Amino acid sequence: MSRRQSTALDPSRKQKGFIGAGVAPWAGFGVTLRTFFAKPVTEQYPFKGKYPPPFPRYHGRHQLNRYPDGLEKCVGCELCAWACPADAIFVEAGANTPAEQHSAGERYGRVYQINYLRCIFCGMCIEACPTRALTMTTVYELAAPSRADMIYTKDELLAPLEEGMLAAPHPMAEGRCARDYYAGEVTGPTEDQVEWVGRNRPQDPTLAGARAAARAAAPAAAPAQPGSGSRAGEPAPAKGGGA
Amino acid sequence: MSAPDQVTCSIDGVEITVPKNTLIIRAAEEAGIFIPRFCDHPLLKPVAACRQCLVDVASPAGPEGKLRAFPKPQPACAMTVTPGMVVNTQLTSPAAAKAQEQVAELILINHPLDCPVCDKGGECPLQNQALSTGRAVSRFTDKKNTFAKPLALTPLILLDRERCVLCQRCTRFAAQIPGDPFIALQKRGANQQIGRFDAAVLGVAPVDPAAAEAACDAACDDLAADGRPFAGYFAGNIIQICPVGALTSADYRFRARPFDLVSTETVAEHDSSGAAIRVDYRRGQVLRRLAGSDPSLNQEWITDKDRFGFRWQVAPDRLTRPLVRRGDEMVAVSWPEGIAAAAAILGAAANPAVLPGGRLTLEDAHAYSVFARAVLATDSVDFRARPASREEAQFLAHFVAGSGAGVSLDELAQAPAVLLAGFEAEDEGGVVFLRLREAGTKVYALAPLASRGLRRLGGTLLATAPGAEAQALSQLPDAVEGLLAEAAAALRGPGDENAAAESPARPGGVIVVGERLATTPGAYSAALAAARRLGARLVWIPRRAGERAALEAGLLAGLAPGGRPLAGLSPAEAESVFGRQLDLAPGLDVSGIIAAAAGGDVDALLVGGLEMVDLPNPTRAASAFKAAKVVALQVRGDGLSPWADVILPVAPPQEKAGTFINWEGRLRPFPQVLASTALSDARVLQALAKAMGADVRIGPLAAAHEALAALAAPAEPVPAPAVAPSPPRSPGPGEALLSTWHYLVDDAAGLDGVEALAASAPAARARLSAATAAAAGLEAGGRVEVATADGAITLPVVIDDVLDGVVHLPTKSPGSWVRVNLAAADGGVVRISPAPDHEEVAP
Repeated sequence: MSRRQSTALDPSRKQKGFIGAGVAPWAGFGVTLRTFFAKPVTEQYPFKGKYPPPFPRYHGRHQLNRYPDGLEKCVGCELCAWACPADAIFVEAGANTPAEQHSAGERYGRVYQINYLRCIFCGMCIEACPTRALTMTTVYELAAPSRADMIYTKDELLAPLEEGMLAAPHPMAEGRCARDYYAGEVTGPTEDQVEWVGRNRPQDPTLAGARAAARAAAPAAAPAQPGSGSRAGEPAPAKGGGA
Repeated sequence: MSAPDQVTCSIDGVEITVPKNTLIIRAAEEAGIFIPRFCDHPLLKPVAACRQCLVDVASPAGPEGKLRAFPKPQPACAMTVTPGMVVNTQLTSPAAAKAQEQVAELILINHPLDCPVCDKGGECPLQNQALSTGRAVSRFTDKKNTFAKPLALTPLILLDRERCVLCQRCTRFAAQIPGDPFIALQKRGANQQIGRFDAAVLGVAPVDPAAAEAACDAACDDLAADGRPFAGYFAGNIIQICPVGALTSADYRFRARPFDLVSTETVAEHDSSGAAIRVDYRRGQVLRRLAGSDPSLNQEWITDKDRFGFRWQVAPDRLTRPLVRRGDEMVAVSWPEGIAAAAAILGAAANPAVLPGGRLTLEDAHAYSVFARAVLATDSVDFRARPASREEAQFLAHFVAGSGAGVSLDELAQAPAVLLAGFEAEDEGGVVFLRLREAGTKVYALAPLASRGLRRLGGTLLATAPGAEAQALSQLPDAVEGLLAEAAAALRGPGDENAAAESPARPGGVIVVGERLATTPGAYSAALAAARRLGARLVWIPRRAGERAALEAGLLAGLAPGGRPLAGLSPAEAESVFGRQLDLAPGLDVSGIIAAAAGGDVDALLVGGLEMVDLPNPTRAASAFKAAKVVALQVRGDGLSPWADVILPVAPPQEKAGTFINWEGRLRPFPQVLASTALSDARVLQALAKAMGADVRIGPLAAAHEALAALAAPAEPVPAPAVAPSPPRSPGPGEALLSTWHYLVDDAAGLDGVEALAASAPAARARLSAATAAAAGLEAGGRVEVATADGAITLPVVIDDVLDGVVHLPTKSPGSWVRVNLAAADGGVVRISPAPDHEEVAP
């Protein structure tokens, strides 16, 4: 019945003989059989195999950067959250205190969350960031078994401490203001900062590396300090600074 | 042609007619033209400090009135319009636009541009105007001025001097509006800055704090709890009017950006003025309150209590589930269980009484009124959780309840004279003080000392011992000499019975009576008589936000809603208001209820939001609460949980909609700010009534208004009280009369959770005259023990201009809880003696 119909619809097709008609229903299994013995194309992602990295400017997962001495760059200004067209970012700021200095200046991002179920990776947040705290990595492996896990919190987004960085919180480099940090004039932890962390968190794993970095930098930094013409400036004086 | 007091001029080619003496900037606003400004504020006097509002002006001059342009752009905020003046703003004049650009550039030279970390960022006039009328690029390449930051002006107000543009709005506010000039411009040139006296900033020799305090005490000046001179109750307003981020709130610091916040216009719950406020919240959490704008009420100013006192609504002891007593413990239970437990207690009570507290909305007060009469079948209802008297109840029922809108705040401020009796305008009135001061009203006060508020009002003290107000008020109309006669003359109005010389059109003065007169027998009767005889108007200003609404709803024994006597209701009226006929035994007042409960006559108490420590004698109240079964409707649990048997949680003002009635009699409806599952008192009472099998209408505002409207027909009013003035008690040797009132910022439960505000509150001091101190062997800087049979309070002594034989203490400030420690009220007799050394008495 069906056979007659198909030839009726496609008159160019040749009418099969008796054997041809008998084998035809099974002929498709040839493809299956052939594939049985072919090399599989399935990739055991993410357990096996190596994948070419994305392009360098690929918009991947975000990262909250640090200054070279380990202080966070994020000041909790929420401009990223404001710029976000998908409302994926949630920020709550906090005030730095002498005992808990997380970022350069008075303010830091106490709570920082990006919801990757909402994020469209447009990069507007990166453009908005006034301290270049927020940048994008090329990491695209964003999957999780629950919705809650797709909300990345600050500890997941913070850039890892590089060799020689000192884990925050710790005081700002002595004699430096937030503007100096932004201008790139702080190149690593100072001995005072290392000593402060040694006093308050003697078990901190970043201490050894930071101490070595501070020692190495100390002789070089010493002559640079009195440079009065630079924008480095003095510690914000108690009295008017005089223009 | 326009009227003689009108001026027609042209702004950007728009012809506009405005009243004479209007500033160009205001006239431009009328014409819909915005001129950028920083220092200008409509409620402050012009100063032309920032120069941002420069405009091109030409006005007719010379004999033939030829239009002549000013050679340079003029500040629009300091120049009034003249007939025929032609103003060209930045919109039409390139010269004005360029002048404004250059001023903006100059202002931004030392501005740090740290907008990302600044609390003002996003709602900043400097940000907005730099974009709208500033230069796109700064030509300034040198180093900016830097200051250490932030500087704490008070524990709640932080100053960032780098951001300041020296517009002086804050110093002008402090000097002009509340008269608390605690900040000033300091130094000169590039170092010019706003600040308080700070030796480190000014570069003068450091001052020993102890010596400063002693000097301050000796000079009768006022110190805050943090040891610095008191900055006033209104300092928080400078944060709001700062046009840049130089003044920020320590409480709101870095908590949110403007675009996170949802704003709701609402009404403050802390005092009876019902000031307009704006509540800003983020994600279900209120982060700050700002002054709203109500020109006829609080203008654009609010007290620091209204501004910072909102954390109590989410205090740690905030209740979310009903609590039921099981043995010594209060156990959280479900709503049906809690309602059933409360219904069982109230249903089994033979003689219940109701103490609903003085902080209710009209809806909730009405619900209590109906619930008490129709469901509990009791008339023992009293909203007054404070020293109260039978005379006061009669006065309120006669004069205030159902009287509608009486003397308004505008009328009070415009009155030829105001006499304050039992009322301190600043501590007990908040914005009442600001309006009186702004209007320069002539103020007289019956008080034993010229309070800080009265001094700043430029008021006249009619020195009166506490408890002698009744005598003074009864002598007032007949006074022939002295200050009392002067006050009487100033207060006389058209109805004055012996007004001969006065013109009939002259409006009378206003006599303001406060809740403290309740402890002076005969005072309210004397005030009524004095007002009648002088032709002056009379107004009652309570402290708490809900007292007027409670009165309108009939929360006094024998009082029906609308100011009608309960006994005088017709059967039809009783049916419409209470849904049933009433046949109630005469009710008790607050002291009667407490005494009856202690004696076992009242076996169950239904208690609203009140604090045990506010009751006249907290110790006796505690024993009464212990003796009776107590059902409490509370926002928070700690205050009453040791005594209550069932506590049902109710919503704080920000989680319900409602209507306060302020002391003027004005309805102040407010919306629900936060989404919440908390129930209002009325809803809980409705559920209770249902559980008790009563069919009553306890409903929304409409029901309350219907009930009030049903009683609108003229009826026999409650008769006026006629209590003869009693002479004040005379203190014996070693004794003094107690003068006390609640300071605006004190240990009030409504200020819980704002420690910084407590630190900026006035420090508790015992004030007495030099003669009283000498007689008791006290000296300035020493400590005095003020004692009664119930306890003692020890405070530092300040020698002040107090009437001899009187000692003044704050009622509920840290270390001075008068009702708890002394069980005494204003006008009571206390013993004073030098305090034993090295003894601190905690409240």
